[in-house]
Amino acid sequence: MPGLNGRRVAVVAGVRTPFSKAGTSLKDARAVDLARYAARELLERTNLDGNEIDEVIFGQVVPSALVPNVGREVSLLPQLPREIPAYSLNRACASANQAITAAQDQIALGNANVILAGGAEALSDIPILASRRLADILVEASKAKSLGARIRTFAKIRPRDLVPVAPAIAEPSTGESMGQSAEKMAKENHISREAQDRWALRSHKLAAEGTADGRLTAEIAPWLPTRPGEPIVQQDNGIRADTSLEQMAKLKPVFDRRYGSVTAANSSPLTDGASAVLLMSAEAAQALGYEPLTFIRSYAVAAVDPGWQLLQAPIFAVPMALERAGIQWKDLGLIELHEAFASQVLSNLQGFAAKGWEINEDIINVMGGSIAIGHPFGATGGRLVTTLSNEMKRRDVQFGLISVCAQGGMGFAMVLERR
Amino acid sequence: MATTASPPTRGAPAVTWEVTDGIATVVFDLKNQQVNVISQAVKDEFTACFAALADDPSVRAVAFLSGKPDNFIAGADIEEFVRLGSAAEAERLAAEGQEMLERVARFPKPIAVGIHGACLGGGFEFALACHYRVASDHPKTQIGLPEVQLGILPAAGGCQRLPRLVGVRAALDMILAGKTERSAKAFRLGMVDELVAPPILAEITIAAARRMAGGWRPKRKRRGGFVGFLLDGNPLGRRLVYRTARKQVLERTGGHYPAPLAALDAVEYGLKHGIAEGLKREAQLFGQLAVTDVSRKLVQIFFATNQLKKDPGVANALPPVRVQRLGIVGSGFMGSGIAGTAVTQAEVDVRMKDADLGRVAQGILAARAILDDRLKRRRITKYEYARLVALLSGSDTYAGFGRAELTIEAVFEDLGVKQQVLREVEEVLPLSGVFASNTSTIPITRIAEAARDPERVIGMHFFSPVAKMPLLEVIPGARTASQTVSTAVAFGRRMGKTVIVVRDTPGFWVNRILAPYANEVGHLLAEGASIEDIDSMAVRFGFPVGPVTLLDEVGLDVAIKVAGVMQEAYGDHIVPAPGPGIAALVKEGRLGRKSGRGFYIYRGGKKRGVDESVYGLLGVHPNGGPRPAEILQRLVLGMVNEAARAVGEGVVRSPRDGDIGAIFGFGFPPFRGGPLRYADDLGADRVVADLERLAERYGVRFAPSEVLQEHARSGTKFYA
Repeated sequence: MPGLNGRRVAVVAGVRTPFSKAGTSLKDARAVDLARYAARELLERTNLDGNEIDEVIFGQVVPSALVPNVGREVSLLPQLPREIPAYSLNRACASANQAITAAQDQIALGNANVILAGGAEALSDIPILASRRLADILVEASKAKSLGARIRTFAKIRPRDLVPVAPAIAEPSTGESMGQSAEKMAKENHISREAQDRWALRSHKLAAEGTADGRLTAEIAPWLPTRPGEPIVQQDNGIRADTSLEQMAKLKPVFDRRYGSVTAANSSPLTDGASAVLLMSAEAAQALGYEPLTFIRSYAVAAVDPGWQLLQAPIFAVPMALERAGIQWKDLGLIELHEAFASQVLSNLQGFAAKGWEINEDIINVMGGSIAIGHPFGATGGRLVTTLSNEMKRRDVQFGLISVCAQGGMGFAMVLERR
Repeated sequence: MATTASPPTRGAPAVTWEVTDGIATVVFDLKNQQVNVISQAVKDEFTACFAALADDPSVRAVAFLSGKPDNFIAGADIEEFVRLGSAAEAERLAAEGQEMLERVARFPKPIAVGIHGACLGGGFEFALACHYRVASDHPKTQIGLPEVQLGILPAAGGCQRLPRLVGVRAALDMILAGKTERSAKAFRLGMVDELVAPPILAEITIAAARRMAGGWRPKRKRRGGFVGFLLDGNPLGRRLVYRTARKQVLERTGGHYPAPLAALDAVEYGLKHGIAEGLKREAQLFGQLAVTDVSRKLVQIFFATNQLKKDPGVANALPPVRVQRLGIVGSGFMGSGIAGTAVTQAEVDVRMKDADLGRVAQGILAARAILDDRLKRRRITKYEYARLVALLSGSDTYAGFGRAELTIEAVFEDLGVKQQVLREVEEVLPLSGVFASNTSTIPITRIAEAARDPERVIGMHFFSPVAKMPLLEVIPGARTASQTVSTAVAFGRRMGKTVIVVRDTPGFWVNRILAPYANEVGHLLAEGASIEDIDSMAVRFGFPVGPVTLLDEVGLDVAIKVAGVMQEAYGDHIVPAPGPGIAALVKEGRLGRKSGRGFYIYRGGKKRGVDESVYGLLGVHPNGGPRPAEILQRLVLGMVNEAARAVGEGVVRSPRDGDIGAIFGFGFPPFRGGPLRYADDLGADRVVADLERLAERYGVRFAPSEVLQEHARSGTKFYA
């Protein structure tokens, strides 16, 4: 089969924490706590013997300075042997996707049989930085040889040096924020406010349906409190079953207050959460007695100039992935399209349509997307693979596609197959 | 230049040394023994060794180490101690030990010891006599003077040297409670001079010896600052300390245990009259204590629990399955107690399941509270805490039970519910998985009737609160496989429990022998006894709490359930008092301590006195009742009688298990050795005579059991 190299890799199972808007029900958890929770629940649900795991790979976009390698902390769960190597990576919003493909590569090459991959993000717990001048002074003071020298160094601190610096979600190369990019794309691709709100509404309605009928909650491990009085979190808390176009229309655009169309309602919220996916070689799955949900058929990553349309790279990644899979757009039975902004989703779809591909909304994001469910940067990829794999099994769909736009002008695509 | 020498003893020497550059490194390693203990033979070797080192002009200082991987010196040889026949002989033994350690203390060349592993009793007293103490910072390094736990006192100078080293308060704190401390705490208290990583222990000990050889001496500050001076540093303050300590000891022991008071006396006397007089007093008191009945009993219990630690619980069993993952169904008070204890003690992965996620969450938090407590008491570090907490998880499904070698159910006490859980768990358990029921009243064999594989079903009866109660009854059903038994026993032990294997009969052992004791409360109240009188008589006998308080602790709803089962099974001789009984209290929502009201009122977790309205509910009037002595006799002999009967039926495998069960299960006074040992001490003929007299007055429930009558007839005992 063209484009298919090495051993076949199975998606055996996936689990995630509930996705909660930053500053709400998961605000006291660190990314590492969320990641370990998801990974442990995945072990529970699969009854996997930890000794079978060859490696752990996790994605995180805004790592904690205190736990820089979240993957290793996952592999140090007391349920696992301490000898499992682990690393963490950053491919922006496609980080968990990247963790999964890195796992796929290792398994396909024969370097591993079983890998636990996933991602985590705690946007309630982002690192707040000290100013560069304060940092310089602290370093200098730590090197001072005498108390006097130390005091003289500290005396250089000015009040403005104490103002903390919060990391912005902006492109380092252009200074343009994610939202500004989405605004730009809406304008360049002539995507109306109403179309965006309509897509956001669809996302909420479908996610609410998926929650109500249990298809979406099936992949969630309820989060149990760590302190008395805290709530049990069983569902994603960004989903609004009761929202309407009228309500959304009331919101003011955030990034261009006069002529803009991107609002809080048609953008994905800052979110806390983690996901974990169990990958195995087809042989290992069979030997250990697991029935795979799906197999990874192909993947591709593309990038564009961040100064162009920052979130439009999927239109280059998807054709590559399809070509590597040896299939056509029309062969796809289900599509999970990451929703950073409704304007980005509609721009991506416009780009696909421009290739002559027919857009069938009935198979796209059938349980809603990141706008409703939430988008913990590092974790979303694990959710997409899990959601898509579960739904492909339910509908017995042969081919499914994942498309993710990512910071830095990158686009990620992956084709899953059922048999 | 190095020379090697060994003392002139037969067999392989336990003490060897080597001299390098003026420093003799002595290694103590008792061959063919797991741990080092100080026996007469060892003392002779020590004496010979130090004599040789004193004479060797090339030796300028000594470094003393243990050759055992994880043990320094576990204490004096307890077998030798048990053989002591008289107080005079015991006093002589102590004096000899003191003399040897005096020689160590006055040794002309400085001695440094390196301590890794248990350093207890005589072992620590030896270290105290040396001139510099280095300890490893390993958790296995435990230092203390546990002598009073065996009814004796530290008599090799421990009562003299420790208070002089660390101050009176800290010393009494250790000695009177027989406490053992981790090395970090021992260092903080000043019991050791240095704390180092295990790999460099020998090196640092030798370096210290070398420094001392060069004339250096450790400077030890008086600890505790101004308060230390006020209390420890002058006779007036010390008098206050002694008075407080004596009061606390009496409160704790009820006056039943002479050893802590004797130790207090030895410390006080020594500080007043000097170390030589103090040592004399110490040896003399040791002599008196060594032959007391209390000490004998405590030593017997010590041996019995040690035997039980090695007992697989069943003959010819396959080795136990090593449990790494524990499933718990039912996350209530018992389930969460089992979970928290299993994580803390056995460090296993625990998965809890309950029907409702809210209950699971509550259960996990309750289990976590056990860990929080250990963190707060600094028994574990925050890193250990984080690791242990991650072992606790749960859900409302059986996800994860597929890897559990052992699953314990602690659901509602109902046959149908337990059988349903058993069926569900059997669906998900691995092939070799064991299912244990934490039931107190339901026969295991009945529960196992629902099992596909009854060989893997067993009873594990924990006592409440699980984290604190030291006993576990393991109950094989009619078809339970022997490996299932050994697995349950081994795991119970890893949870830190003393485990007895008990036959599957109603009430098992503990509740069976408690039944007449608890019932008698009803009879006594009906006859006009007051709640306070009943409880205080039992406490005076040596029980930690009286039977009425015990009922409140157990929970009156639970007590009723047990009583019902017991009456159904043994109605011919276990007879509850007439009248509404405890049911009247339960109907009022009085469930004991857990509901804040039972026989007593509880506020803020504390007992606040008898609730007088109880008498009205029970339809009784406290107007004196039987004589105190008779109250006690009825309570205790009823229990002894039932214990004898149950032993006759083979409910426990030996009187040893029965007595240990009573002591660890509900606090039968340890210094009385257990109900069966107590019967032996009274003499079966006297017990039978007393029971016959009681039976005549109060009826069939006191009729002496066949077993007791047989012992009385033939003059035999439970313990041959």
